Amino acid sequence: MSDANVYKPSIMRIEKITEEAPGVRTFRLVFNDPEEGRTFDFKAGQFAEYSVFGEGECTFCIASSPTRKGYIECTFRQAGRVTSALFDLEAGDTIGFRGPYGNIFPMDEWKGKNLLFIAGGIALPPMRCLIWNCLDLRDRFGDVTILYGARTVADLVYKHELREWAGRSDVKVVTTVDPGGETPDWKGEIGFVPAVLERMAPSSVNTIAIVCGPPIMIKFTFLALAKAGFLPEAIFTTLENRMKCGIGKCGRCNVGPVFVCKDGPVFTFAQIKDLPPEY
Amino acid sequence: MEMETRLLKKEALAGLIEKINAAGRKIYAPVRVGDRDEFRPVDSASRIDLGCIQTTQSAKEVLFPRVERILSFSRRDGAMETADPDLSILPEVVLFGLHPCDAAAIGSLRAIFTWDTQDAFFTARLERLAVIGLSCAEADEYCFCTSVGLGPGATDGSDILLTRLASGDFLAEILTEKGRELAALSPGLFLSPPAGADKSSALAVVEASFTREQVRDRAKAGFDEDALWDGQALRCLGCGACAYVCPTCACFDIQDEGTTNRGVRLRCWDSCGFAAFTLHTSGHNPREEQGPRWRQRIMHKFSYMPERQNVFGCVGCGRCSRACPVDMNIKEHLIALLEARS
Amino acid sequence: MEELRKRAGNLLESGQVRVVIGYGEGTGKRVRAVFIQDAGQADCLIFDERCRQNLALYLTRHEVKKLGKPAIVASLPALRAILQLAGECQIAENDIVVLGIGEDGSMLDLPDFAAIEKHVASTVREPDPAEKAQFDLVLAMSLEERWKYWQEQLSRCFKCYACRQACPMCYCSRCTVECNQPQWIPVPSHDLGNLEWHVMRAMHLAGRCVDCGDCSRACPLDIPLYLLNRFLIMDIESRFNQRAGTTAALDYALSTFHPDDKDDFIR
Repeated sequence: MSDANVYKPSIMRIEKITEEAPGVRTFRLVFNDPEEGRTFDFKAGQFAEYSVFGEGECTFCIASSPTRKGYIECTFRQAGRVTSALFDLEAGDTIGFRGPYGNIFPMDEWKGKNLLFIAGGIALPPMRCLIWNCLDLRDRFGDVTILYGARTVADLVYKHELREWAGRSDVKVVTTVDPGGETPDWKGEIGFVPAVLERMAPSSVNTIAIVCGPPIMIKFTFLALAKAGFLPEAIFTTLENRMKCGIGKCGRCNVGPVFVCKDGPVFTFAQIKDLPPEY
Repeated sequence: MEMETRLLKKEALAGLIEKINAAGRKIYAPVRVGDRDEFRPVDSASRIDLGCIQTTQSAKEVLFPRVERILSFSRRDGAMETADPDLSILPEVVLFGLHPCDAAAIGSLRAIFTWDTQDAFFTARLERLAVIGLSCAEADEYCFCTSVGLGPGATDGSDILLTRLASGDFLAEILTEKGRELAALSPGLFLSPPAGADKSSALAVVEASFTREQVRDRAKAGFDEDALWDGQALRCLGCGACAYVCPTCACFDIQDEGTTNRGVRLRCWDSCGFAAFTLHTSGHNPREEQGPRWRQRIMHKFSYMPERQNVFGCVGCGRCSRACPVDMNIKEHLIALLEARS
Repeated sequence: MEELRKRAGNLLESGQVRVVIGYGEGTGKRVRAVFIQDAGQADCLIFDERCRQNLALYLTRHEVKKLGKPAIVASLPALRAILQLAGECQIAENDIVVLGIGEDGSMLDLPDFAAIEKHVASTVREPDPAEKAQFDLVLAMSLEERWKYWQEQLSRCFKCYACRQACPMCYCSRCTVECNQPQWIPVPSHDLGNLEWHVMRAMHLAGRCVDCGDCSRACPLDIPLYLLNRFLIMDIESRFNQRAGTTAALDYALSTFHPDDKDDFIR
């Protein structure tokens, strides 16, 4: 039956663990089976089911870019049973991996356009994959701007990468923390992401916006983008819902007629407008 | 293939069951259990309750068991290994006496489990399944097959459909290749039908109250009518009885059991009626109240499945309503939905 | 019934309550819970020997609570549940209006919990003879026979949780089975998962169960769950001389201590 078992995970080994923020870790994973590692491919936006055998599976996007071969990365916050079990693992330990699942960011349609990435808190991981993918193919796109915010300085994830992006002359990076979340030596912005976005007064001309964050941030960011003239079709986001199978069979991740695991997780604001708030 | 109609004399039923049994097939049929009927393994026709209007539970377990191992895992010399269950040992199964509603339900299950990716646990069982359906001579107030595009003599999903005539003999419609193979196990039992044998006069009369397309359109248009859904769901307990007795409900959970060194991954039944069904780890619940959960049940069966998978998720068997501890009568609720002003 | 309908109508008309939780005609000969919010619909209310569902369960359900202050049609089991819920601080005296029904079907005047306590103390309802016979049968079994009996009965369970949802005392917003750190009770309905679920629920109800039998009536598979609860009721009554649902003050046998409590269970 082997290949036909759609619920069977591949075995991956944790090659490296990075502490991103309190309670947040990134795993760099490689396939135990080198052949699987060679043939594995995915596209930005897709997610996977990660197993701790004996505890269960949980769903995260793939946070590394498909342009970087030989490994994949995921970033997660310790929150429940499986993420707590993941937190106890060390480099060298093995986990299960099922994927890639879901739809993709339509990067091919974005050639020549400016890209405005807006992310909040722990939602930077799905964007990180996309950002690196775009930066690895930099000359396909126009201006690249990244606006990222978290509650406090300590909560900013991928600090190393933020510095790297900010250091590039072909990327504009704006980081912000919520009022009260700054440290004495904080040199970035202070304010909620949607407010900082308004201050930036971004141009909507020939620009695609990609937004990921907590529901409240997304709501106000959409309003700010609409005010700046962005059409709903030009604003992308990812949705999350409780998942189990990841392949549209267990019946629990649907938002109206749409399955987050199959028709998502990538959606435009135009699509979300028509969906019931079941996420 | 061309459908053949034959006659199976009432006294030949025993021989048919015997022959199927002898061929190594496991036969499930409705059997009286206390005050109810349930599908049970039978090796003789005498146990079968031919007068059963409906069993309490559906027969979906033969395709979608309550608990099913989908993986084993064990750590050997430090390396984690996984193993698939051996599906080749699954038995050949014959469901006998499945009413047309239940037979049609197989199509709904197939749509879910073969949509986009093939679920081998389901397809392996479906391959090994043959259905000898039994038309309905009687219906009760809970039945509404004719309101969902089916009927007491519908052939969808049956390999052979038997209709009991006034004489007690059965008209046997042999509908598929599988049906032909089954009949070929005892060809002498399938005689030429008598001239003028009329199937329709042997069927129960089930007045239609609506069409499923009407429900589909009204439900979709009425999605935001919170008061309507909340009102219908007020007495709903939020248990899983309706989902579990339903022949088309297939939502499931995945649970690991064992230790991190050795154990199994199981798939088990779940229900959208449970509060925790959509609960996020963060504590956020997209469907916090029973109204939206009841709406999900109706929308999934009458709107989402037809839209995405070209099949409806309700066959009008009425089991949910019979089993519901608080008399949530789905036919009544759907009529109320259609009659409510939007 | 006329008096019930009149009282219900008046309560709604005067605005004393926002909803009357009672019984109405259901499918065929069934009855079902109804939630009357309009005085004009009070005529839907019925009460007869078919009306056995313990409506007290709705007093703790969020969707019903948000309708506003309820009146509730309550015969003996529901009255006991109301007292037990009060003792467990789930409802206060002014939260509800009780439309009490006596054993003879007549309306009772129960303006406060003290009146309910008085009625409960002076009312006895004999167990159904068939249920009593089954209870005695199982009680007389040897331990091996009993184990075999329960394995057989509980193996049929498919964990729909109708028993839990129908029970007025199972009002926890997060049930033990929904806890997965650790997963105390296995989720799947295999034999072990079923046994652990039912034994745990019976234990969580020990000293709290008001013996309404709704769990068994709700079970779509006719598993005689009432036997488990009734055994524990019998056990707690004999050991601690305590019965659930008799007073609105907290009186939970398994968390109150008296110097003269028996300790013969420690050997």
